[in-house]
Amino acid sequence: MNKCIERIYNGIIKENPTFVLMLGMCPTLAVTTTATNGVGMGLSTTAVLVFSNLIISALRKIIPDRVRIPAYIVIVASLVTIVQLLLQAFVPSLYSSLGIFIPLIVVNCIILGRAEAYAAKNGPLESAFDGIGMGLGFTVGLTCIAIVREILGAGAVFGFEFIPEDFRITIFGLAPGAFFVLAGLTALQNKFKAPSATNGSVPQSALACGGNCASCSGASCMSNHAALEVVREKAEADAAAAKKAAAEKAAAAKKAAAEKAAAEKAAGQDAPAAKKD
Amino acid sequence: MSKLLNVSASPHVRSKETTQSIMADVCIAMLPATAFGVFQFGFHALLVLIVTVAACVLSEYVFQKMMKLPLTVSDMSAVVTGMILALNMPANIPLWIPALGGIFAIIVVKQLYGGIGQNFMNPALAGRCFLLISFAGKMSDFAMDGWSGATPLAQLKAGASVDVAAMFIGKIPGTIGEVSVIALLVGGIYLAVKKVISLRIPVTYILTVAVFAFIFGKQDMNYVLAHICGGGLVFGAFFMATDYVTSPITPKGQIVFGVLLGVLTGLFRIFGGSAEGVSYAIIISNLLVPLIERFTLPTAFGKEGKKS
Repeated sequence: MNKCIERIYNGIIKENPTFVLMLGMCPTLAVTTTATNGVGMGLSTTAVLVFSNLIISALRKIIPDRVRIPAYIVIVASLVTIVQLLLQAFVPSLYSSLGIFIPLIVVNCIILGRAEAYAAKNGPLESAFDGIGMGLGFTVGLTCIAIVREILGAGAVFGFEFIPEDFRITIFGLAPGAFFVLAGLTALQNKFKAPSATNGSVPQSALACGGNCASCSGASCMSNHAALEVVREKAEADAAAAKKAAAEKAAAAKKAAAEKAAAEKAAGQDAPAAKKD
Repeated sequence: MSKLLNVSASPHVRSKETTQSIMADVCIAMLPATAFGVFQFGFHALLVLIVTVAACVLSEYVFQKMMKLPLTVSDMSAVVTGMILALNMPANIPLWIPALGGIFAIIVVKQLYGGIGQNFMNPALAGRCFLLISFAGKMSDFAMDGWSGATPLAQLKAGASVDVAAMFIGKIPGTIGEVSVIALLVGGIYLAVKKVISLRIPVTYILTVAVFAFIFGKQDMNYVLAHICGGGLVFGAFFMATDYVTSPITPKGQIVFGVLLGVLTGLFRIFGGSAEGVSYAIIISNLLVPLIERFTLPTAFGKEGKKS
């Protein structure tokens, strides 16, 4: 269970898909005109992500490696169709304001990225929680951007207007505003040294893909395979060596302590003897 | 001591010109148009000018202080940005709008990209387009003497004929600085005589617009002249398209740049939705300047030319 909570923390804070991984930029920039849209888009993606991770993880041993991407897309597309029909039936206003971006969830790189990087390698329960974490992280990211844009561009938050029409800066409701706000929030992130894709807090590696499995689409895995093996073997060897060294050190320390104690004891016995003389 | 040892790459050309003196010349060249604007639109136009310049200079000062950068306020480039932006405003705009535009121009377009010499597009025009998109209604409300009307270009687009003589002198509605062609020409000639700008960009720009209007608009002298005198064309050609940072430095490149500006302006004016297109034409062409320079770079002396 601890692992599951860790996945949620990882998705929302440590590897937030919007601010740290910089994934799914297309919906991030396009639908964040109002906070309601941001939350709606984020939660729709979360729903798809949880079930796609769950199903892909459950089927991970059945799906042949060569056709895994088409297989993932079939699964994701079926789930997106379900979500789309549900939205159309129950929240038609959100459905019409999100428009083309609901079907586009199919090709959202967060979903394929998590399927490839996490669900294909881990059990169904962890994968489902990874989906929840990533989905909530995406929702939080979208909502942050959307709130700033809605306040500046439409003078409102979640539809409650509080800035008179004369003082609204329309450009923040349009495409350029999305870039301004995203850049501004990323700049703040860097200022406060929070982890982000642009301030070098993500470890660099010699691999062609940067070693960042979360942003991996799987395309460069084959070329990296040998390098990955070497890295893993080295890590294992290092770990084993470290363990061995630690054990030896501990044993040596124990031995030394025992010797010291014995010596002191001996000295203690010697001293009174010397005095006696 | 460190200053003494600081040797820049050759060639070492001595000149009395400094950024400050060039910028001061540009300010002087804009004075006739500014004076005419204030005379025509009244005291509020002067207020707009003061507020915009103050916003630009202050935001540059505050940004550089906050980021602990060397202060470049005294080179007057922020003053020029402020003046150009102010002259692009309608006279009766609420004062906070040009102030916001000035802050955007200096901080987002100029300082975030590295300050003077590094901005990828003209800061004043980017600020103007920011405001034009954000406050479309207020930015195109050209009331004059309590009388509100369409600008000559808008009338022209609607198919009416306009009085070119009035446009030449400036007795028309429009932004503060763009209305009087004659005042702008005086400033432009001053800049050309002082060799601050070369005439390649303005002349090719205006000629291209004229040819474009003649071919794709009406084959009528009055119509073509109205396109030349109307809107921000003369102002843009002499003061905004010739900005050193955002225009090509190669002579061939400047001609290509001028033609590109003219074609884009003509396209926007005649086939576009809006009557005016100078601002957008200039900022789009600004983005293409590195490309233009790349293809018009002359062969360096001593390097082999093409083998025959």
